[in-house]
Amino acid sequence: MNTAMKTQRNAVSVNLTIDGVKITVPAGTTVLEAARANGIYIPTLCYDPDLEPYGACRLCIVEIEGMRGLPTACTTEVGEGMVVRTETPALAGARRTTMELIMANHHGDCLTCGKNQNCELQKVARYLGVDESHYGRLRRSTRTVPRDESHPAYTRDMNKCILCGRCWRACHEIAGVEAIDVAFRGDASTVAPFGNKPVFESNCEACGECLDRCPTGALYPKNTTMPTREVKTICPYCGVGCSIYLGVRGNEIVSVRGDRESPVNRGGLCIKGRWGFDFVNHPDRLTRPLIRREGIGRDIALNGNFREIFREASWDEALDLVARRLAKIREETGPDSIGVVSSAKFTNEENYLVQKFARAVIGTNNIDHCARLCHASTVAAASACFGDGAMSNSIADFLKADLLFIIGSNTTECHPIIGRYVRQAVRSGRTKLIVADPRSIVLARKAVLHLRQRPGTDVALLNAMMHGLLKEGLEKQDFIRERTVGFEEVARTVAKYTPELAEEITGVPKDDIVRAARLFATAGRAAILYGMGITQHITGTDNVRCIANLLMMTGNIGCEGAGFSPLRGQNNVQGACDMGALPNVLPGYQPVADAKAREKFEKAWNCRIKDKPGLQVTEMINAAVRGELRAMYIVGENLILSEPHLLHTHEALKKLDFIVVQDIFPTETAALADVVLPAAAFAEKDGTYTNTERRVQRCRRAVEPPGEARPDWQIVSELATRMGYPFPYRSTRDINAEVASLTPIYGGITFDRLEHGYGLQWPCRDASDPGTPIPHVGRFTCGLGRFQAVEYRPPAESPSAEYPLTLTTGRILEHYHTGSMSRRTKVLREVKPTGGIDIHPEDAARLGVKEGDIITVGSVRGEIRAPVHITDRVAPGLAFMAFHWKEAPANMLTNSALDPTAKIPELKVAAIRVRTEKA
Amino acid sequence: MTKLKSVKELEALRQSIISRRDAAQTVISVCGGTGCHSHGCQRVVAAFREELEKQNLGDKVSLKISGCHGFCERGPLVVIRPHDILYQRVRDKDVPEIVTQTVVKGNRVDRLLYTDRVTGQKIANETEVPFYKLQSRLIFGSNGFIDPTSIEDYIAIGGYTALPRAFKMKPEEIIAEIKKSGLRGRGGAGFPTGLKWESTRNAPGKPKYVICNADEGDPGAFMDRSLVEGNPHSVLEGMIIGAYAIGSHEGFIYIRNEYPLAVKHMRIAIEQAEKYGLLGENILGSGFSFSVKIKRGGGAFVCGESTALMASLEGKVGEPRAKYIHTSEQGLWGKPSNLNNVETWANVPLIINKGADWYAKIGTEGSKGTKIFALVGNITNTGLVEVPMGTTLRKIIFEIGGGIPKGRKFKAVQTGGPSGGVIPEGLLDLPVDFDELTKVGSMMGSGGMIVMDEKTCMVDIARYYIGFLEEESCGKCVPCREGLRQMKYILDRIVAGQGREEDITLLEELSATLVDASLCQLGATAPNPVMSTLKYFRDEYLAHITEKRCPAGVCKFAAVETKS
Repeated sequence: MNTAMKTQRNAVSVNLTIDGVKITVPAGTTVLEAARANGIYIPTLCYDPDLEPYGACRLCIVEIEGMRGLPTACTTEVGEGMVVRTETPALAGARRTTMELIMANHHGDCLTCGKNQNCELQKVARYLGVDESHYGRLRRSTRTVPRDESHPAYTRDMNKCILCGRCWRACHEIAGVEAIDVAFRGDASTVAPFGNKPVFESNCEACGECLDRCPTGALYPKNTTMPTREVKTICPYCGVGCSIYLGVRGNEIVSVRGDRESPVNRGGLCIKGRWGFDFVNHPDRLTRPLIRREGIGRDIALNGNFREIFREASWDEALDLVARRLAKIREETGPDSIGVVSSAKFTNEENYLVQKFARAVIGTNNIDHCARLCHASTVAAASACFGDGAMSNSIADFLKADLLFIIGSNTTECHPIIGRYVRQAVRSGRTKLIVADPRSIVLARKAVLHLRQRPGTDVALLNAMMHGLLKEGLEKQDFIRERTVGFEEVARTVAKYTPELAEEITGVPKDDIVRAARLFATAGRAAILYGMGITQHITGTDNVRCIANLLMMTGNIGCEGAGFSPLRGQNNVQGACDMGALPNVLPGYQPVADAKAREKFEKAWNCRIKDKPGLQVTEMINAAVRGELRAMYIVGENLILSEPHLLHTHEALKKLDFIVVQDIFPTETAALADVVLPAAAFAEKDGTYTNTERRVQRCRRAVEPPGEARPDWQIVSELATRMGYPFPYRSTRDINAEVASLTPIYGGITFDRLEHGYGLQWPCRDASDPGTPIPHVGRFTCGLGRFQAVEYRPPAESPSAEYPLTLTTGRILEHYHTGSMSRRTKVLREVKPTGGIDIHPEDAARLGVKEGDIITVGSVRGEIRAPVHITDRVAPGLAFMAFHWKEAPANMLTNSALDPTAKIPELKVAAIRVRTEKA
Repeated sequence: MTKLKSVKELEALRQSIISRRDAAQTVISVCGGTGCHSHGCQRVVAAFREELEKQNLGDKVSLKISGCHGFCERGPLVVIRPHDILYQRVRDKDVPEIVTQTVVKGNRVDRLLYTDRVTGQKIANETEVPFYKLQSRLIFGSNGFIDPTSIEDYIAIGGYTALPRAFKMKPEEIIAEIKKSGLRGRGGAGFPTGLKWESTRNAPGKPKYVICNADEGDPGAFMDRSLVEGNPHSVLEGMIIGAYAIGSHEGFIYIRNEYPLAVKHMRIAIEQAEKYGLLGENILGSGFSFSVKIKRGGGAFVCGESTALMASLEGKVGEPRAKYIHTSEQGLWGKPSNLNNVETWANVPLIINKGADWYAKIGTEGSKGTKIFALVGNITNTGLVEVPMGTTLRKIIFEIGGGIPKGRKFKAVQTGGPSGGVIPEGLLDLPVDFDELTKVGSMMGSGGMIVMDEKTCMVDIARYYIGFLEEESCGKCVPCREGLRQMKYILDRIVAGQGREEDITLLEELSATLVDASLCQLGATAPNPVMSTLKYFRDEYLAHITEKRCPAGVCKFAAVETKS
C-alpha cells in the first residue's frame, strides 16, 4: 500500500456500491481492498496487501460508473457514491484474453512444478475458465532460460515467471535489500540481480521474502519437503524474537515460514530464521550424558575428539556424579567456590530455575550469563539513569521516528529484521538516518550522515554532539526541568568537548559532528539504536550514559517514535536478565542487597540468600585462575570461544576441579568438562522468551529431543532434587506461575494469556495489565531521569609500533556467535563456509597481502591464522573479524580488560599485528 | 559578465547588444541542425571560415551556425542576410563562389537557389519559398536567426522579454492567462496546460518540480530535438515562467541521450542563463529562484510517458505506474510535479508576450496556436512544418510538403507516431487538430506525420509499428507486453503469406484488450496502426490472407503451399 494513500486514511468513511452491495469503508481504501474486505472476489496476480499498488497483471479491472475505460481495482481509490461492477461481459472478455496471454507464455509443466496445487496462477486460470483449449490459438512461448541454481537455498526458474513484480517489489519495499529488479524491456523483461548474473553473486541476503511472495513456481526453496504439521514458536537466533511456524514431518523440521500476523516480524525472516533450523536434527547433537575418561587432561581444547575424551553414561550416573561433586566442593570451600553460568538461549523458565539453583540449592550469588559480554553496560548505566535497562520503545516504533541514530550497531546483519524496519523507515522518505560506526556498514549508504569514529572514542563523539546542540540552544528545556536531575553537571562537562577536540580524538570531521547534533536535536522524534559497538568497551557504561544524556537532553524518551534502543543479541538475553541470571539482582531486577527483596525470596524459596552480589562471568574466570573458584556449572554457553583472551579462559577452566557443561552440541567448552549433559534444543520444549523490546512470547515444542537429551529445566530440577532441594515442577507452566508470583514486572504474564496473540511487553503487573509498549511516559521508572556526566577515557589498548592495527570484532549476517548452531546448518554453511580478517586495501598493499592469503594475526595475547579479505568497509588501520570461527578464533586476540562498573570486556578494541608467512 | 540584478539591467544589456550590431551587416547563416549536419554542413562552415579569411572579410561579415531551419530535404541550407537569400544543397566547393559573388558583389548564384516545382522559377528570397511561405512559424521561426549557443542572440531578437512581463504578474494571473490561451500539451495527449499548472500549484507538498519532457522517441519525429538544439532559451524561458507560476524552484529537462547536440546546446544555455542571472537565486531581482538540471534518458521510448519518465529521473526502472494519483499531486519523488513537452514550454513566452487573446485567435475551437509537424516519408519536402491548428492535411502534404515524389499516388498518412493511426486519401481535407485526428482513429501525438505512397503495404506498415512498440513496451503490464508479442506473431505470419482466416478476428480481439486493459497510453494506443489499417485497408489484409497476394508488391511470399 502506498504510504501516501495510507497517510490519507482517516476516520472518514466512504459509501459505495460494489455489485449491488452497499458497503462502507475508510477513505483511502482501494476498490480492491474494499471488495475483499466485504467478501467480493476480484481476480489478481500482482496484488499483495503489503506492497504498493502495481497494476501490472490487469486482471482486477472493474467497471466504475462515470469513469472511462476499465480501471484496475488495485490502483483506484474508493469515492463517495461510487458504483462498481466486478463481473460484466466486457470485464470477463478482457480478463480472459489477458489470462490467455499469460498462459500462452507460461511453461505449464504443472505436474512437475513445486508450486502445483498451491499456485495462484492455476487458481486464477480456473476462476476465469481459461485452459489450454482457449489459448491454443495463441503462439506458445518457445523461449527457455536456464534455471539459476547458484544459490544454496533456493532456485530461480524464470520460465515460470509471470512478471507480476511481487518478488522484486518485496525485495525493495519490504526487505529493503534491492538485490533484484526488472532487467531489460518489453517481452525481454526479466527479474534479475544486477548485471543479470547468478543471484548468488548479488547482494541478495537470502531473507526469502521473494519466495514468500511469488505466486508461481518461479522461485522455490531447494528443499521442497512438505511438512505434515506446523508449530508456532519463536526464532532462536537473535534478540528480535521473530514469530515463526516450524513445519514438521515425522520428528524433523523441514520448513519455516514467518508469521504474517506477528507485530514483531510481520512475516519477515532473515537468512538464519529462514534456512537455519536443520541444526536441530544434526547428527552432532549430544544424545547421552558423557563422563570424562580417567586421565584425560584439559589441554585438548579446540580439536578434541569426544569419543576419546568421554565415555557415555546413564543419566543417573551422570547426575549423581555432578550432585556429589558439587556438594563436596560446597562443603569443602563454601558455596562461593562454585560458579553457575546460565544461558541467554533458553527460556525464561529455565533461566529462573538455574539462578534459583545457584541461590537456593548451591547458596551462591555466583550466577551470570553472556549478557556480561553484551549489554551488562546497558543494564548498569540505564538502570541508574532511567530505572531499568531495557529498550524504551517497540520495534515497530522505528517506523514512526523522524530520525534514527544508529551507533555501534551493524543492524542489518546482527538484527536483520530490525534492520529491515530501519530500511523501510528510510525508504518512506520521512525518516532520516545517521550512522556512527568505524566500519562502512550497509546502512551507512542509506544514511544522511556517516560518522566514522575511531573505535573506543564514542564518549568524545557523543559529548561533542551534546556540546554542539547546547551551543545552539537546541536542548528541550521543559523536559530537562520537569523530568530530570543532574543536567548542569553534564552541561559543564560537555562544554570542554568542542567539535575540534572531538575531531582530534575521534577522527570525525568537526562539521559532521555539529551537523549530526543539529539534525538529531531538530528532527522531531529521534531514537538511538545501538549494539555491541557501544557496550563492549572499558567505557561501555560511560558510552551508554552518554546516550541516555543525549536522549534526555532532547526529550526523546517516553514517547512514540523516539527512545532508547539497546538491541539485545540473543533470543532470550533480555529474559535471562529479567529472570535474575545476574550476580547482583534477583528476578525482576530486585537487588540482592535489598533486604526486603531478599526476604520475599527467602520466604518463597525457603533458603538464605546472600546480600553480597556474586561474581560476574569475567570475574569467575579470573577467580578460577587465582584458584578461588573450584567448580563451574555452565549451561548453554561456549565460554572458550565467546570470552575474550581465549588462552586466559582456557587456563582458568583448566585449573577448575570440576566442570559440568550442559549443551546441545559438543562445543569447545564442553570438551573441557568433567560431565557433559545433553540438553533439548529450542524446538524441543515449551516456555517463553523475552525479546529486545521486552515482549514475552511463547515458544513451543515441535519435535522430540534426540536420544536421551532432556529439556534444561528437567535436568536442573533433577540435579536440585539430588542435591537435597526438590524442584517439584511438572512443566514449565508451573515455573512460569512461580515467576509471575515473585516478579512484579512479570506479574501479569501467564501461559494462558500468551497462548493467543503476540506476547506481552513488560512491565505487565497483573492479569488486567495489557503490557507496556512504551515505558517512562510522563515519569521515569525511577522517578526523575538522572543525567550522569562522563569524561572521555581512551581504550585500554592503543596501536603501537609492534601492534600497529586496531582489531574490532562482531558478527556477520549468515552466522551466529560461536557457530555451534549456524555452522551446523546446510544453507548457512554453504553460503558462508568460513571467514577471515577484513583489512583495508591500503594496509593490504603495505603488508603485501592479496585477497585470500592466509596470514598470521597476533596480539600480545595470542596468534591465529586466517584468510585475508580486502575491503574498504574497514578504515585504514582498522581490521575486523567475526568471532564465529573456531578454526580462527577472534577471541584469541581480544582484550579482557574490563569496564570498571559492568565488568564487560573490551572485545571491540585490540591492537594487533599481521604477518605473512610464505609457506 | 556579471549577473543581471534587475529587469532594467536586462533591458540595458539588450540595447547594448543591439546597438553593437549593425543591422546592415552581412550575416551568413548556415543551418547547423541535425538534418543539415548529416548533409555535411560542418564542411560548409569550415569552407566559409577559410574563404572569409582568405578574402579578408572576417571583420565585415558574420558567420552564424544557426539552429534547424526546418527545410531538411534541401540541406545544407545557407541564408545570406539581411537580404535573406536562400541557398540550398550547398557543398563546400560552392562556398568560394557564394562569398565572391553574393557576399562581396551582391549577385546571386542561381544554381543554388530553390526552384519552384510548379512554376519552375528560381526563388531567391527565403520567405518566398512556398515551403516557408505557407507556414506560420511562431515558435520555430527564430531558429534560423540565432546561434543557439549564444544567449545574446536570443536576447537580441527579443528573448527573455516574456519573463519580466511574467514577473509583473501574479502567479495566478499567469495561470489564468495560459488557461485562457487554450494551450494544450504538445506531447500528444493535449491536456490543457493551464489546468495542469493550476493543479500542481494547488497540490499540497513541497518542493514542487517542473519537468521538460525532451525524450522525443517517435520514429520520424524531430521537432523537439530541433527546438532544443536550435532555440534552447525559448524552452528555458517557458520553464522559468511556468515554475514561477506553479511555485517551483527546481526543474529538470529529460533529454534522450541519443540527442547529443540537444544535450550540449541545452547545457550551454543553462550555463549562460545561470551566468546572466536568469536562472539561480533571485532571478532579475524578482525574489524568485529557480534552477534547472539536465537528465539524460537511456533510450527507452516508454520514458516519454510521464510516470515512466519520473521513475527514470529518480534512478528507477523506467516503467509507468497507474496514475491513481496525478503526477501534478504526487510525481517526482512523490512531490507535486508539472511535466510539459518541449514545444509546450516554448509556446509559453509567446503567450505571455502577445497575450492569450491574440493566441486564442490562432487555431481551431478546441486546439489553439500552431503545431510543428515532422513531415517525413514519401514526401517531396521532408522537414519541419509549423502551421496553425486546423490546417488541412492536404495543405500540409501537397502545398507545403510539395506532394509525393516520383509521380506516385498518395496512399495514406500516419500521424501521432508509431501508435498513431493511418489516414486514407478520402480524409485529406481533415483539419488537423487534437480532436479531429482522434475522431478518425489516429491522434496528434507529438507531431510526426509520415506520408505513404501507393507502393506502401499497409499490413507491412502495421507490422513495422507493432514491432517497434513490442520492442519499446516496458514489459510491465500483461496486455501490452504479451499482447503486442502475439500481434507481432500474427502480422509476421500474414506478411509471410501464412495468415489464417481467424487472424483478423484475433487481431481485433487483442486490440480491444490492449485498449481496455493496458496500464498506460503506450499500450492503450498501440493497436492504432492495426485498427486503423484494418478500418481503411481491410482489403489488403484479406488479399494477403486469402489470395496470398500483396497489393503493393512489398511482401515477398515464399512458395505458397496449395494444400491445406
